[in-house]
Amino acid sequence: MHKDLPNSNMKLIIWILVGVLGTFALSTIALNRGESINALWLITAAVCIYAIAYRFYAAWIAAKVLVIDETRATPAERLDNGRDYMPTNKWVVFGHHFAAIAGPGPLVGPTLAAQFGYLPGTLWILIGAVLGGAVQDMVTLFFSTRRDGRSLGQMARDEIGVIGGTAALVGTFLIMIILIAVLGLVVVNAMKHSPWATSTVAATIPIAMLIGLYMRHIRPGRVMEASAIGVVLLLLSVFAGGWIDHNETLRVYFDHDGLPLAFAIIVYGFAAAVLPVWLLLAPRDYLSTYMKLGTVILLAVAIVILRPDIHMPAITQFTDGSGPIFGGKLFPFVFITIACGAISGFHALIASGTTPKLLANERDIRMIGYGAMLLESFVAIMAMIAATVLEPGVFFAINSPAGVVGANAVDAVAKINSWGFAVTVEQMNQLAKDMGESSLFARTGGAPSLAVGMASIFGNAFGKGLLALWYHFAIMFEAIFILTTLDAGTRVGRFMLQDMLGNFNKRLGETSYMPSVLFTSSIVVAGWGYFLYIGVIDPNGGVNILWPLFGIANQMLAAIALCVATGILIKTGKLKFAWITALPLAWLVTITTTAAYQKIFSGDIRIGFFAAANDLSTKLASGLLPADKAAVAPQLIFNQHLDAYLTMFFVAMLWIVIVDMLVVCMRHLSGKPILPCSEVPHTETQLNDAWVRD
Amino acid sequence: MLKKLRHCWHLIKQLSGDTAYEQYLKHHAEFHACSVDAPAAISRKDFYKLWQDTKWTGVNRCC
Repeated sequence: MHKDLPNSNMKLIIWILVGVLGTFALSTIALNRGESINALWLITAAVCIYAIAYRFYAAWIAAKVLVIDETRATPAERLDNGRDYMPTNKWVVFGHHFAAIAGPGPLVGPTLAAQFGYLPGTLWILIGAVLGGAVQDMVTLFFSTRRDGRSLGQMARDEIGVIGGTAALVGTFLIMIILIAVLGLVVVNAMKHSPWATSTVAATIPIAMLIGLYMRHIRPGRVMEASAIGVVLLLLSVFAGGWIDHNETLRVYFDHDGLPLAFAIIVYGFAAAVLPVWLLLAPRDYLSTYMKLGTVILLAVAIVILRPDIHMPAITQFTDGSGPIFGGKLFPFVFITIACGAISGFHALIASGTTPKLLANERDIRMIGYGAMLLESFVAIMAMIAATVLEPGVFFAINSPAGVVGANAVDAVAKINSWGFAVTVEQMNQLAKDMGESSLFARTGGAPSLAVGMASIFGNAFGKGLLALWYHFAIMFEAIFILTTLDAGTRVGRFMLQDMLGNFNKRLGETSYMPSVLFTSSIVVAGWGYFLYIGVIDPNGGVNILWPLFGIANQMLAAIALCVATGILIKTGKLKFAWITALPLAWLVTITTTAAYQKIFSGDIRIGFFAAANDLSTKLASGLLPADKAAVAPQLIFNQHLDAYLTMFFVAMLWIVIVDMLVVCMRHLSGKPILPCSEVPHTETQLNDAWVRD
Repeated sequence: MLKKLRHCWHLIKQLSGDTAYEQYLKHHAEFHACSVDAPAAISRKDFYKLWQDTKWTGVNRCC
């Protein structure tokens, strides 16, 4: 006892120091109103907050609220089948879980939200993750582990009722459609009239197939060796893209408008959903995982070495709702724009279903559920840094759609200057030349500006002469895992649809029945293909409509997951602890409902769907629109209406689940009968530590 | 030190999936060896096809 005393005092002192440093870093970034601030302050604040939250809050939830039981056998142990249920080392599970949850979302959202300045987005990423997102992931993982690894939809059905379960299922399907469309749009905008980017992204497809064939027929199961070859080929493709760009005959084959690129992505998505997984999907996923980990680590190292200054103000005037990238005030739109990185409902699908089947012991839940989300949040912070190290004028020139600032470079610069951000046409032309692009004006979607940010960080840290290579490397890195999400999402959508249709027609539900595969894949691809098409023809860039819609949908799914968790906590007699999920739930319900209300009813044509549709109808009727805009106006008007009804549907579903959950809780608290708790009974674990640490 | 590095390497291989077939064989020997009518273990090539098909049925990548 006495021996431990100095040790525990030492620990206490270290944690106090971490707390003081974190508070100091946070107040520095929050109170700074000077010219610029060093990015290291953001990193320091983030790391300290994560450390304290993980050490104290997550540990408290694990011990006191969930009451983690180390002696209890997990589903992986009880149902071990050597394939999907299998007790696995915690670091390996952590790796799988992180690779599954961290997609392109945390890179795109913060980049767009940087229009409000660096501060609002950063605070939301930090606070949202430690109090919301990481808690959601951890409790969902815990509840699913206690229920044989059941999915969120199944848990909602078992614990709350059929309505909640169906809402979760339908919600997931719709989010998938919108997510794929918006990500497709991000890639299209990055490839538009860029032969270098287009040829490099195109090359990733045959490279992935080559690796697939290698792993299937030449050296079965040698994943690492095949992936290493693939990564080398990917890097070569970045060089090859530069060569193609400089070759007058070849470059025309890769120089396209948005629309043909969108159709190419639609065809590709369909092919990826019906081809065998070993040929395209699985090898592409390996490559994207390695690229993602490598690049994120490289970015972190570069930021620490370089310690770049952030040039974006802490808060810009666009908090009033007049922002060029997307319309809407700081509240609630910063919370909708940054979903992944702060709280993402989609994670609840990974935390229930896949990951719990691998957990060897319940004590790993904190590290995997809470820890992996903190790491994703950190990726979001780095994306925020990469976006805000750019001169604000440059940032807005790249990200403002032509519909807002004008298609002409001189007009765009004049408009951005009028907001008080300095930028010149020459500066933008030089930047485009450095990056090997023909123009960087109005390259919306977040990917090009992130790539410029990353290229300048990498260029400064590792050699400035290679800016164009770094830029296209960054574009390739984003594109490859956006396309992985697109492949995998289309396939998942297909499975979900087959599952739903299987209730009406048995054959349609068979996942290997080819007519059903083709039919359901077509429906899913047509669904996201439609939104992608509209996004491309929209002169305002499309991202400003699709991204908030995706954010609302994703936050709604998070609210459903938190509803299920709150319901279970109350049902199992933990009313006094229910606030750990009920508070983030209340916040999410507030922001999604407010955002949805504004998207539907706002009279501002840049926010309200109906207002925009009416405005366009009036202009069309009075002949005010130029011929090219008049041609697409009817489709845009229809789409605005569709988006409005879709938003209403999301909110209605969310409130149905909430009311359903509240009814269950009230009935339980007043002693009336409710659905029983579906937790499986305790079985003593037979696994010993040595085995798990194998 | 060397032991730790080797352990790390093993974990990385486990993470990438390189050791999945060996794990399957181990599992097969442990659970099916005793019974007479147990199915024979499948080949490495067939295993990886099955393994990837299972892995990609359901949600395993998100935003």
